[in-house]
Amino acid sequence: MHAFTTLSAVAAPIDEPNVDTNQLCPTRFNKVPRGPAYARILFHDQRFNADGSEKEHILNAEPFNRAQIIVADRNWGSGSSRESAVYALYEFGIRCVIAPSFADIHSNNCYKNGLLPVVLSESECEAIRKQLRESPGATIQVDLAAQTVIDAKGQTHRFEIHPVRKKCLLEGLDDIARTLQYREAFGAFEARYREERPWLYSAST
Amino acid sequence: MNPPLNPTPPLTMLDKIWNRHVIAEDGGELLLHVDRALIHEGASHAFIKLELEGRTVARPKQVFAFNDHYVPTSGRDQGLAGIANAEIRNMVIQLQTNAAKHGVTLFGMDDPRQGILHIVPPEQGITQPALLICGADSHTATHGAFGCLAFGIGASDMMHVMATQTLWQRRQQSMRITIEGEPGFGVSPKDIILAIIAHIGVDGGTGHIIEYAGSTFRNMSMEGRMTVCNMSIEAGARAGMIAPDEKTYAYLHDRPYAPKGAHWDAAMALWQTLPSDAGAVFNREVSLRAADIAPMVTWGTNPQQGAPITGVVPNPRDIQDPIVAQETASAIDYQALTPGMALSEIAIDKVFIGSCTNSRIEDLRAAAAVARLGKAMVPSWVVPGSQLVKRQAEQEGLDAVFKAAGFEWRDPGCSLCTAINGDQLQPGERCASTSNRNFKGRQGTGGRTHLVSPAMAAAAALKGRLTDVRALLKNA
Ligand code: SF4
Repeated sequence: MHAFTTLSAVAAPIDEPNVDTNQLCPTRFNKVPRGPAYARILFHDQRFNADGSEKEHILNAEPFNRAQIIVADRNWGSGSSRESAVYALYEFGIRCVIAPSFADIHSNNCYKNGLLPVVLSESECEAIRKQLRESPGATIQVDLAAQTVIDAKGQTHRFEIHPVRKKCLLEGLDDIARTLQYREAFGAFEARYREERPWLYSAST
Repeated sequence: MNPPLNPTPPLTMLDKIWNRHVIAEDGGELLLHVDRALIHEGASHAFIKLELEGRTVARPKQVFAFNDHYVPTSGRDQGLAGIANAEIRNMVIQLQTNAAKHGVTLFGMDDPRQGILHIVPPEQGITQPALLICGADSHTATHGAFGCLAFGIGASDMMHVMATQTLWQRRQQSMRITIEGEPGFGVSPKDIILAIIAHIGVDGGTGHIIEYAGSTFRNMSMEGRMTVCNMSIEAGARAGMIAPDEKTYAYLHDRPYAPKGAHWDAAMALWQTLPSDAGAVFNREVSLRAADIAPMVTWGTNPQQGAPITGVVPNPRDIQDPIVAQETASAIDYQALTPGMALSEIAIDKVFIGSCTNSRIEDLRAAAAVARLGKAMVPSWVVPGSQLVKRQAEQEGLDAVFKAAGFEWRDPGCSLCTAINGDQLQPGERCASTSNRNFKGRQGTGGRTHLVSPAMAAAAALKGRLTDVRALLKNA
């Protein structure tokens, strides 16, 4: 996994609440193996016509086609557990999404791929989206170690993040290495567990 | 009698299940033992990652794979050759290859037990109380109907589960939704969960795990409980659960993977300790009355945007919150509706009865009871959730009822719920659907979805528009 430390980048405002993972990655693209093709898949049906030509969409045009940050509205990433929604964001270049709230599974999927979900209040997100609409191409700075976002007007917003998540992102650690340190505890747990619940492990027929 | 010196505080069912699975704790995160992992063709990303990192499946016997999302729902006698699209065929084959390679139990396309990954495990007794079940699919919440903790995870987490049979999690908040009383005539479990979502919102359960409590759920069949738990994710909750009881045990008894003989007794002794203790504290409580719930339909593009069938399409101008007003306007625009129009005036092009929400035997019985009252006016599909459901329905003659009424009787799979196997709406087509998501394009690019119960879907088929099933049934 790639580490996330600081980021200073163009941010795109997306005003719609409840943006679901079907919008981020329409179902029919789920089968695409992870790779650069996902850049075009992000918001595909909002960005492209059936013949492949571009529709009007904020992420299609300069300067937002270079955005690495999205500032969104509440309940970002609801719906399907598809991690391909994160692949689409990531391959497009997005490294951070700022929103008042995230759907649980999607937020988890972001962390697992080195993409930082930042929760700011509804009014903060709205204010930043307004700035971005008024001065397109404005950059936003995100500092994970300091847990701050500096908006386009230079104002600092602090955000919360679970310490373990922060550490994993800062160091680009994935979970498995951490889990394998608990091999012994797992072995002991499992032995006891199997003895107490033998029916879980008996064959069906 | 004196109270014990250190009484254990009352626990929720969630606490009890959770506590039994903790292997270790690190910085506020818990390493949990996963009892069962459920995967479908979409887990290809997890397998690719697993192999890239040179890892293997740690406990293959605890992983179950299902051909469901990509299988065709007609022409199944031709096997794989019946899948015209090579990419789709390849997804079906890939899961079979991966399952064989890693020793994972597969319910494959030709298996007489084949079906949707949230329909088959309960039928087979793979789903049991007290378990921790992770699925590579958000509707894994369904299994909570048996008093277990079941939730969906993404590909990275599924890779982790397959490689270690564990998962890191933080404790979630608990929420109890209590509903008392008998639902009114024509009101089904689907209407109850749609009413809950309309009430608490699509993010109402975010960060929470819901326990459904009260007499309405106690009196509900296992099928109905699964329908309710299934859509917990549409309320933003990763999981929903219902305390196991005599109905749960009766359902499970003698299922292939259910415990037998002395094991059954030992399992029962454990299961009976699960229900939340009296006085257990939940982080959030919500109550509704069953009597207040009517047959529901969604008019918009998220599951919260629904109303009783007797209602009208809302007018964005009447909505105070500018963001909600904007969201409402955008949904109405996509759905090509007019503010203020009666929901029962909405003409439809297609009906879909199926999906892990509503394709169990009880759902098909409810739909058939309506279908026998007339003829379908629009193309209407019935897609059973599994081969077992299909055969059961055929034994009961339900297939004949559907066919006589002009419905298409198809083979099991996810089908038009997610439009990934080639079954899909055309742009602009409007569908009354028993599935769970009415997102833009969910059933095909440009398609429009109205979520309803099986009986309401069948009624819509007979009328060619959304309609109140109660009127149809009363006049029957
Ligand atoms: S029926 Fe629909 S919701 Fe259920 S598992 Fe299949 S695609 Fe997902």
